[in-house]
Amino acid sequence: MRNLPRWISPVSWIGLAILYIPLLAVGILSFNATRYGQQWGGFTTAWYAMMATNDAILAAAWNSLLVGVASTVIATVLGTLLALGLHRTPWPRWFRRGSDLAINLPVVTPDIILAIALVGAFAVLREWWAVFKPGLVTLIVAHATFQISFVTLVVSSRLATIGRDQVEAARDLYANTGQIWLRVLLPQLMPGIIAGALLAFTISLDDFVVSFFVSGPDATTLPLLIYASVRRGVTPEIHALSTIIVAGTMLAIIAVAWMQARRDAKPTE
Amino acid sequence: MASHLVVDGYLTTRPRLYGRGGLLIAGAFLWMGLFLFAPLGGLAGLAFAQRGEYGGVEWIFSWANLTRLAGWDEFGFSWSHLTILWRSVWLATVTTLLCLLLGFPMAFWIAAKRPAQRPLLLALVMVPSCVNLVIRTYAWQQFLGSQMPAAWLAQSLGLVPEGAALYPTVTAVYLGMVSCMLPFTVLPLYTSVERLDWSLVEAARDLHAGRWRTFRHGILAQCMPGLLAATILTFIPALGMFVISDMLGGAKFLLVGNLIQQQFGSMNDWPFGAMAGLFLVLASLVALWGLRIVSEREAPHHGARR
Repeated sequence: MRNLPRWISPVSWIGLAILYIPLLAVGILSFNATRYGQQWGGFTTAWYAMMATNDAILAAAWNSLLVGVASTVIATVLGTLLALGLHRTPWPRWFRRGSDLAINLPVVTPDIILAIALVGAFAVLREWWAVFKPGLVTLIVAHATFQISFVTLVVSSRLATIGRDQVEAARDLYANTGQIWLRVLLPQLMPGIIAGALLAFTISLDDFVVSFFVSGPDATTLPLLIYASVRRGVTPEIHALSTIIVAGTMLAIIAVAWMQARRDAKPTE
Repeated sequence: MASHLVVDGYLTTRPRLYGRGGLLIAGAFLWMGLFLFAPLGGLAGLAFAQRGEYGGVEWIFSWANLTRLAGWDEFGFSWSHLTILWRSVWLATVTTLLCLLLGFPMAFWIAAKRPAQRPLLLALVMVPSCVNLVIRTYAWQQFLGSQMPAAWLAQSLGLVPEGAALYPTVTAVYLGMVSCMLPFTVLPLYTSVERLDWSLVEAARDLHAGRWRTFRHGILAQCMPGLLAATILTFIPALGMFVISDMLGGAKFLLVGNLIQQQFGSMNDWPFGAMAGLFLVLASLVALWGLRIVSEREAPHHGARR
């Protein structure tokens, strides 16, 4: 690794620049006092204050949160039970293979295909149940549908690390099945369930493509709001909102990395 | 039949375990069956149905959507749809190549740093991929705006007219695509580069292999698994993209993704949209299959080491 060609380093910096420069540009523009256009008109934090009182932005933020939490709860419960049912049952090989395929399908299918499949499903279901009209319900159901797989994959990987010996030890000490599930399996599984739920929640917050197809006129999430505002003409408040989302995303990642580093540093576990 | 077995130190029977397991998995599989598997199957059927008079769907089998996608409609032949399909495949291919050309040096660059710095740099590359795609694309719009440094430079060089923005252009689409996909190219490449066996590279040099042959057989062959993973992770999402082309390419720069979105949106022709979706799935599968052949061809010569 000692003698890399000289051009490697500048090319890498170009790559990093392509990743970061646009985000930086929006960050700078969010402090620009000019209302229309990008001419620098002095430093201001007014857009952040205006953003915090903008009803459309607040409503979209609330919807994002609501859809994220509701879909995550559904997906975490269903996904965890699915992982448990698959792992702790001696299913025949063909069933196991089929289940693996089914769980991986939403992960590898392009977003837009999932989106139109869900749109079709809701159109058919709407014939019987009016709740499936485009709106918050369809957003929640759609997000939960692709989240289940991610939760199951994360919980399964955690389940695989839990040995049988503790369960058998508990059985030897006369624990009944309920006690084994609630007091032996569940506590050990908790980190996996929480990790799966967090992953599902972030995917929901981040989703644009599926939401774009299944949402209705009065259920806008933050990514949808930004997309729509590009169409209508951008206001500096959108710069401020984007900057906050970018900063929030980065802070969240740093926090997770920091917690992981701290856990790894601990001598036990 | 009722053969007993011991699970968790507990005497039970297979049917009883299946009953419990079935209950546990029923919820998720019913949910996914209703909202995902059945609709995906329905989509394949929908592709061969017809648009009804008022925008609904008429379930009459016909090849019309397929022939229409290939260019023939009631007004005769036109290249418009084929151009869109070809543009999607071409854009995904070039994006993948650009990402590999940028990502490979970056992988080496990170791997050559001190061990303590590597995770940090890798995180630096991955973090933007966690930022919402719409925001990143919108950020490109702002960066390429008419009053920003990049546009000034292009204006003073006479590349664009005075006062013009740098989007919507094809270049803008490529910039957006590369910056969107690059993290997913670097990550698998880095894992391959990090595990490189440099003694093989030195052996190639000792045997007086030229620079290219050292690279091809000493380095590239070892990185094949990472290279394939990077290609898959870049090419397939690029193929289904519609946000970046929509926001940076303008109304004339349509991809399959945009075509699908139009048919399910303003055009209200779901069967035709489903046919375009079917093309997208098939193209992805063909790409996967092609890459698998490549990896199998490479495997017998170079696979023994790992």
